Amino acid sequence: MLSGFGPVSAFWLLAVLAVGSALMVVVARNLLHAVLWLILHFVAVAGLFLLMTAEFLAMAQVLVYVGAVGVLVLFAVMLTPSPWSENTEGRLGGVAVLLGGCLAAVLIFVAARTPWAQVTAGGFASTAQAIGRALIGRWALPFEIASVLLVVAMIGSIVLARGED
Amino acid sequence: MTLAQWYDLRDLGNPVHALLLWVGRWGPHWLVYVVAGLIGAAAILAFVVPSQLVLIWWERRFLARFQIRRGPNRVGKFGLLQSLADGFKIMAKETWVPRAADKWPFLLAPIVMMVPSIMLFAVLPFGKGMVFANLPSGIVYLVALSGVGTIAVFMAGWAANNKYALLGAMRSIAMLLSYEIPAVLALLTVVVYTGSMNLQVITRFQAHYNAWGLFLLPVPLLVYLVSSTAELNRTPADIAEAESELGAGYHTEYSGFRFVVFYAAEFTNTVVVAAVISTCFLGGWSLFGLDTWIPGWIIYISKIFVMFSVFGWVRGTLPRLRIDQLMAFAWKFMLPVTLVNLVAVTVEIALWQQLGWSAGAAFPLFAVANWLLAGVLLVGGWRVFGITRIVAPRRPRMFREVGAVIEANR
Amino acid sequence: MDVGVQQFVALSGVLFAIGLYTALAKRNAIAVLMGVEIMLNAVNIAFVAFSRFIRGEDPLAGQVFVVFTLTVAAAEAALMLAIAVAIYRGRESVEVDEITDLKA
Repeated sequence: MLSGFGPVSAFWLLAVLAVGSALMVVVARNLLHAVLWLILHFVAVAGLFLLMTAEFLAMAQVLVYVGAVGVLVLFAVMLTPSPWSENTEGRLGGVAVLLGGCLAAVLIFVAARTPWAQVTAGGFASTAQAIGRALIGRWALPFEIASVLLVVAMIGSIVLARGED
Repeated sequence: MTLAQWYDLRDLGNPVHALLLWVGRWGPHWLVYVVAGLIGAAAILAFVVPSQLVLIWWERRFLARFQIRRGPNRVGKFGLLQSLADGFKIMAKETWVPRAADKWPFLLAPIVMMVPSIMLFAVLPFGKGMVFANLPSGIVYLVALSGVGTIAVFMAGWAANNKYALLGAMRSIAMLLSYEIPAVLALLTVVVYTGSMNLQVITRFQAHYNAWGLFLLPVPLLVYLVSSTAELNRTPADIAEAESELGAGYHTEYSGFRFVVFYAAEFTNTVVVAAVISTCFLGGWSLFGLDTWIPGWIIYISKIFVMFSVFGWVRGTLPRLRIDQLMAFAWKFMLPVTLVNLVAVTVEIALWQQLGWSAGAAFPLFAVANWLLAGVLLVGGWRVFGITRIVAPRRPRMFREVGAVIEANR
Repeated sequence: MDVGVQQFVALSGVLFAIGLYTALAKRNAIAVLMGVEIMLNAVNIAFVAFSRFIRGEDPLAGQVFVVFTLTVAAAEAALMLAIAVAIYRGRESVEVDEITDLKA
């Protein structure tokens, strides 16, 4: 449990920031603004990781999402023709609102009602080394599969971007 | 580590530690954190701002030597106050926002540019106890935050609604993304070599064995030097703000104070990169045992200054490259060379640890082996992937998209 | 009021719902993929919260899973850029002047 004025207020601040920026991704009419809000959302999530003492993941989040994914999405938006730069809803809008609302309600209900077996222990002191050991120890097979996935994605994007000439 | 007395100024961490202990004796817990944070922030700013003024003056004087002129020499003795005068002048200028600009990204871009580059100072070890945030994964922190500047470049270039700015931003980002990979691999070699991502531990490793990265890791040093020059948009790789092609690149439309922020952020980044090289390859605050007598922070700042001058030297010597040359150099030359070197260093460290060799015997051997390997890799890589093959370029991918001029070769 | 796993999971649920809405409702492929990214982030928050507040037998398993999610997200973004370049090439005109019209 996080207690005390500092962590609790930090949580609510970051939660409002994360939800607010995610909503702005939906609301923003200009797709590039939406991407910038998305990047702010990534930063807020990194802050939440830091609050949960997952310091390595927070840095990895900034490195991968802000530094790589965010920039790639920006690049993708810039390279598509202008009719693509609008952030409008399609025909499924109403259904999606219903579905999203129901899902959020169910998840909040479940989160509130489940008797969670929370530990009283404090946060992790340092996670980078432990994660590294876990990745080449117990999770070695998923780790290798992930590397294969990356190679496949790389080859796929090269083939897609090459074209015919 | 036993604490030295507060008046032991060989390490400015000592008085701060004493102060924090004193605050902790009577004050609440959170007050210690607040005081520590304030002191750290004040210390970082107290280093960044004066060093900017001095280094800008120094770089201008130093570059002038290369171009057989004197450089600024009118304001103050040797022109020392020139940066200050320029600062006042530019503050007095009007800062405007172009009518067609996208206002909020335009206004936010300088801030997004400046904040990460100042935050980077938090993990740099200026002395044994002089580090604001002694993070266990400091290298990841450095790499992560230096990637954030890319977003700012994008925001600035796009929000200005100016085609030079946009083209500058596109080029800059294509280059930043390409050169980040060899830079990170070079730092990864250092991590493999020292066995830690903590910058303080990296420094202590080099101090303990007297084995600087410079002696043992020549290839990562060169690769990091080159790729950071590219990431800093400095002259051999300044296609993002090539004056003769693009006005000023992504900050074409910025004026007055907002321009200063961009300019200062680029300078700060240069200082940070010089500091990272000093930490990872030049032994940080250590100097072969002399750091017991000379304060570590003076050694560290001197090393930063030397590396900064090397950057100035590179800037004053080399002409600007074309974008296809730069991209080909990153992907076809530096990436394979760094990968091969990374494997070699990993094997060496594994041998050293498994066979239990003494460091005194192993490290000179590794140094010779690595320098030989560096020679083979650089010469061989040059033969195989070298610039000679792309003198007559085929049209590279994403070429028109980043706004380069295409030579007729079809 | 203390903040525990309930609040984090609830936050994750809200973010997941927003991401789901974006992924379903948006017409633009890039916006749809942005929704997927928000959903991945929401799941990551839940993973890290479980790792932090409900240790279990392997406390770091949740954080390791987040590393894999990051990998998938990066691969996805790279593919998205490739698709965007393919779309760009489909356009006939490559006039530099037209790059300004990317701005809506």
